[in-house]
Amino acid sequence: MDDLYRDYILDHYKNPRNAGELPDATHRYHDTNPLCGDEITMMLKVDDAGVVDDVRFIGRGCAISQASASILTEEVKGKTLDELRSLDRDHVLGNLGITISPARIKCALLSLKALKGSAWGLTAWPGEEVPDPA
Amino acid sequence: MTTVLPRAAAALDVGRIRADFPILGRTVAGGKPLVYLDNAATSQKPRQVLEAMDRVYREHNANIHRGVYELSEETTALFEGARAKVAAFINAPHSREVIFCRNATEGINLVAYAWGRDNVKRGDRILVSVLEHHSNFVPWQQLAKEAGAELVVIDIDDEGRLRRDEFERELRKGARLVAITHTSNGLGTVNPVRELTAQAKAAGAVVLIDAAQAVPHTPVDVQELGCDFLAFSGHKMLAPPGSGAVWGRTELLERMRPFLYGGDMISRVAVDLSTWNELPWKFEAGTSAYVDAVGLGAAVDYLSAVGMERIHAHELELVGYVLPRLLEIPGITVYGSHTLEDRVGVVSFNLEGIHPHDVATIFDSEGVCVRAGHHCNQPLMTRLGCVATTRASFYLYNTTAECDALLGAIAKARKIFA
Repeated sequence: MDDLYRDYILDHYKNPRNAGELPDATHRYHDTNPLCGDEITMMLKVDDAGVVDDVRFIGRGCAISQASASILTEEVKGKTLDELRSLDRDHVLGNLGITISPARIKCALLSLKALKGSAWGLTAWPGEEVPDPA
Repeated sequence: MTTVLPRAAAALDVGRIRADFPILGRTVAGGKPLVYLDNAATSQKPRQVLEAMDRVYREHNANIHRGVYELSEETTALFEGARAKVAAFINAPHSREVIFCRNATEGINLVAYAWGRDNVKRGDRILVSVLEHHSNFVPWQQLAKEAGAELVVIDIDDEGRLRRDEFERELRKGARLVAITHTSNGLGTVNPVRELTAQAKAAGAVVLIDAAQAVPHTPVDVQELGCDFLAFSGHKMLAPPGSGAVWGRTELLERMRPFLYGGDMISRVAVDLSTWNELPWKFEAGTSAYVDAVGLGAAVDYLSAVGMERIHAHELELVGYVLPRLLEIPGITVYGSHTLEDRVGVVSFNLEGIHPHDVATIFDSEGVCVRAGHHCNQPLMTRLGCVATTRASFYLYNTTAECDALLGAIAKARKIFA
């Protein structure tokens, strides 16, 4: 347990980085985890060259989902949309640095889902057309 | 089957009961005793139920209602014997009115299809409450959409009790069907079902009771309630998943079309025409889950031997122990009533600043199993102004020591998130 709720996870949960509205966002995607009600809206400001200039997220939910989003946003700036699209679950779980049980994996990966949705230029989950990044 | 149980004068002999549940002897989370407090989701199973089912497979097994040989006759007798036990348990006037199905959800869907599609018309009103489990909400929501009927959702007060004034007001506007929960799985509130049913019947409505959270925990008597349909699940009452029943009045069931078509539910089949079997088999197409039904019969034996009133009293004793201690915790919100009146052993709460999923994960590390989420109660969660809660739910085998484990796990969660 002490392995899961490590200090930096709790710190990201209580003091999320890049949290809040991004008024001039060019990309915005909202997603939820219906099981527990976690919500994340990922917002990107992408320049003409397709590089992420700024990122913010708004969310509510459990410590794992919100810390995961906070940690993920820390590495987004300066990346191209193509680079965001190729991020995978192992990368995100590796950055989290904790062992996630199967029951909580959707919490940990919701931010990646939201980030990828925004990187693909979507605004919301369009049926089953977009493959689940998990 | 016979169940040998202690007949202590008043309180349950919980130690003796626990010895009947093999799973309660195991450890979790690296050696901690299992503290199972998720009984509103499903219950554990006593060896008497496991053995009754095992015996069917080992000694009797053959398809029911068909074979003209000894094994089939034995299995049929066990299956129909289980029906008689279930009928007696809810005081149904006739065994044929008890239709076996997979769970309360399937039972309610049976009524929604076989009765609802022919009887709910455009402009009709269906009354439900905001306390409903999705199983007694979504079938009526969808029926209303198909039929052009109106779904009316009765609100609760801040204590989680049904708004009687609103119920009566809506009833006066007319209702074809009142589909209401006996006992809330999210809050543990027991509705005044007998009075609600009487009022609804007087207003000309058909009444369905979702008793999935009631039949396992309190005495339920369909004749006393006066309702038309009542559904419940076996797996929440010591029986296996896949067992359950919906009870209905003969005069309604006789007039209903079948739910599923196929084998066992027919009387005669010609190329262009079929006629239907008698009750209850008209509604039991295909080979029934007869071993699960036998398990349900054994569970009913077990619960009856312990006594439903005593089980209810035991659960209230646990709530009476844990509730005041919970209410002392800073930053806790306990949803629903804060008294023991009209409730069962369900306690839903939130800790400030800690999402229920984090709470449940930390509880898990202490061996404490609770449910975190919306409990298939999304309209209720919206009404309470939250997305999820942590829910502890008790049963006959739980103890005050387990309540202490729950309180200890809360302290741990608060420490981690301090």
